[in-house]
Amino acid sequence: MTFDWPTALPLIFAGLMGLAILIYVILDGFDLGIGILFSVAEDAEQDTMIAAIGPFWDANETWLVLAVGLLLVAFPMAHGVILTALYIPVFVLLVGLILRGVAFDFRAKVPSGKKHRWNRIFFLGSIIASLAQGYMLGVYVLGLDVGLGGIAFGGLVALCLSAAYAAMGAAWVIYKTEGELQKKAVAWLRTTLVLTALGMAAVSLATPFASPRIFAKWFVWPEMLYLSPLPILSALLFLWLWRQTFHLPKPDDRHALRPFLTLATIFALGFAGLAWSFYPFVVPDKLTIWQAASATESLAIILAGTVVVLPVIIFYSFYAYRVFGGKATDLTYD
Amino acid sequence: MDPLILSRMQFGANISFHILFPTITIALGWVLLFFKLRYNATNDSAWMRAYFTWVKVFALSFAMGVVSGVTMSFQFGTNWPGYMEKVGNIAGPLLAYEILTAFFLEAAFLGIMLFGFRRVSNRVHTLATVLVAGGTTLSAFWIIALNSWMQTPAGFEIIDGKAHPVDWWAIVFNPSMPYRLTHMLLASGLTVSFLIAGLSALRYLTGDRSESMWKALRTGVFTAAILIPIQILAGDQHGLNTLEHQPQKIAAMEANWNTGPNVPLVLFAWPDEATKENRFEVAIPDGASVVLRHSTRGIVPGLNDYPGLHPPVLPLFWGFRIMVGTGILMLIVSWSATFFLKRRHSLPRPLAMLMVPMALSGWLATLAGWYTTEIGRQPWLVTGVLKTADAVGPVAGSHVALTLAVYLILYVLLLIAYLGVLVHLALKAAKDGDTSPLPGVMKTAMSQPAAGE
Repeated sequence: MTFDWPTALPLIFAGLMGLAILIYVILDGFDLGIGILFSVAEDAEQDTMIAAIGPFWDANETWLVLAVGLLLVAFPMAHGVILTALYIPVFVLLVGLILRGVAFDFRAKVPSGKKHRWNRIFFLGSIIASLAQGYMLGVYVLGLDVGLGGIAFGGLVALCLSAAYAAMGAAWVIYKTEGELQKKAVAWLRTTLVLTALGMAAVSLATPFASPRIFAKWFVWPEMLYLSPLPILSALLFLWLWRQTFHLPKPDDRHALRPFLTLATIFALGFAGLAWSFYPFVVPDKLTIWQAASATESLAIILAGTVVVLPVIIFYSFYAYRVFGGKATDLTYD
Repeated sequence: MDPLILSRMQFGANISFHILFPTITIALGWVLLFFKLRYNATNDSAWMRAYFTWVKVFALSFAMGVVSGVTMSFQFGTNWPGYMEKVGNIAGPLLAYEILTAFFLEAAFLGIMLFGFRRVSNRVHTLATVLVAGGTTLSAFWIIALNSWMQTPAGFEIIDGKAHPVDWWAIVFNPSMPYRLTHMLLASGLTVSFLIAGLSALRYLTGDRSESMWKALRTGVFTAAILIPIQILAGDQHGLNTLEHQPQKIAAMEANWNTGPNVPLVLFAWPDEATKENRFEVAIPDGASVVLRHSTRGIVPGLNDYPGLHPPVLPLFWGFRIMVGTGILMLIVSWSATFFLKRRHSLPRPLAMLMVPMALSGWLATLAGWYTTEIGRQPWLVTGVLKTADAVGPVAGSHVALTLAVYLILYVLLLIAYLGVLVHLALKAAKDGDTSPLPGVMKTAMSQPAAGE
């Protein structure tokens, strides 16, 4: 088999885009989740929760820009089709992200009497953005169907993805805090985990039944055998994490990051399942990644830059997380 | 309602709101670095207080820029799918490089710059400040390259109706790019210096005579005084570049209806496109010929050469004049303030009172200038390659109208909140003066919690 760039490049970029979306969902997932959990936290706890995400949220959101950017630059045809079909939910997402992003800064800088208002806006922005993302996932899974069924299913996925983000947020709070707040976060995690599992099951079942093509990809021998670890492993991880919530936090706060990593793994497994379902389409059943791709010479020059820059980005992102490692303390500019 | 005009209004509203904040952060990053380096060199705590007042403005502006920028990245697809379909092979890599080289850099080190003082050594913190400032400037480089390419496209060929890159160097450094980049970076510098000068003047007016106020005030005023003549020169060069590559834009800016020599410089008029003439015209004879061609006999392009293919005259004519007028006002104010600060070591109250609203003069000039150049590209989206009308998406007008209305309300509210916080921060700094507790700056980092706890 000879290697041929026009075939390989769109595939590489689909992989990169998938990676960017997955990293985005995991990273922004926890800080959107913390925004959702604002609704059930006390004032003092809210400050600690913000401190747990303050240095990171901006870089986290940049992965969304990269994902949309890659869709835009590598698959311009698909970019137009998907975003015009999802015009209103994208708009709702953007309003949510705007409100959340600015509330982050305003709440710390306005006179103290107005802080409450921005805390509410922070919660609202986070929940709106999460719901919009879930809704878009639901509609996309059904092949960009915006009929009544699509809307209902989108609504279900919206709730479940928000719960999943809240679970990520709770897991991050477990990692970054201690004492009462940490105990509370364990309870939050337990509740939201149920909805997360429900949502993943709903998406997993709906995807093959929405499209005979996807059904055929999953329920055929021997692929079924190779694919079976995805659902089985996810289910086991869910059960394990659920049981863990009865034993957290551990003495000496050991393995405080583990719930978060477990959830991230579950997200990755679910994402792999979706990727398998939709490959090779970027617009379900309409456009394949090769039909939607940019010119080879343009993809090549982006890839050249990506190969050099992406490792550097990952390196300094790790560095930034390390600098702000450990339990969250008060966030100050000094 | 017409989705085209609504989509244009929406894009205009989004990008107008967006550009306000990068215009601040691009130069403010470097000013913060200057404050910090002054502190490192002199150990004078007033520099650090100035830094901590303005780093808050930076953080807030950065957040506003990020969220409105994310909106921009989606707008291409939601409203203008025809753009990427036609020129995606050119625009794509430029945007990708902006994200990869600039966005991640600034986002990752912003956390360390804002909150890392006690977490990293002073040297690493200074480095983080350099990287953030460098990231914002690099971001400007890429996006100006793309914008300039849309104005004066080069280095490409059309195959099967789509633009394909031929020469990346020619694409990035297209004919108008160096001029536009210089003009914009200077605009950012002026916006920030007038913002700092204006808010410091507000502190001055409330009776604040603290060292940190003086340091910020001087930095703002002197930087403005140095930058404004350079900007006038750079703007003039940019104009001559436009004359060479986009003469129809110059014709509209000067409201010159007929190509010919001895064209007057119109100071005031109400250009009327229906009758193709200027009403209430006040003009200097031969002025435009002299300015643009350095001779009274110089031929100035007129709108008659571009029937149906020239931009609307009224917004260009006035956009340009508002920008230039603001620039002249900036020159007068910054030079007078410099005179008083240097010679009298004080600021007359009336001048200080004028400087407060002038805090936003940079925004006004920047917006007026961008409106001139962007409306001046119409009816083209990419000059000679793609018309704006051919790029608009299939979204219903009612949907666009709805989203436009919500964006506008949101932006107005956020702008009010933003300006409220700026004033609040200035008044708070004025109240604290030099008594605010000095932050813990140290040469070496405290123990890293990751390792130490």
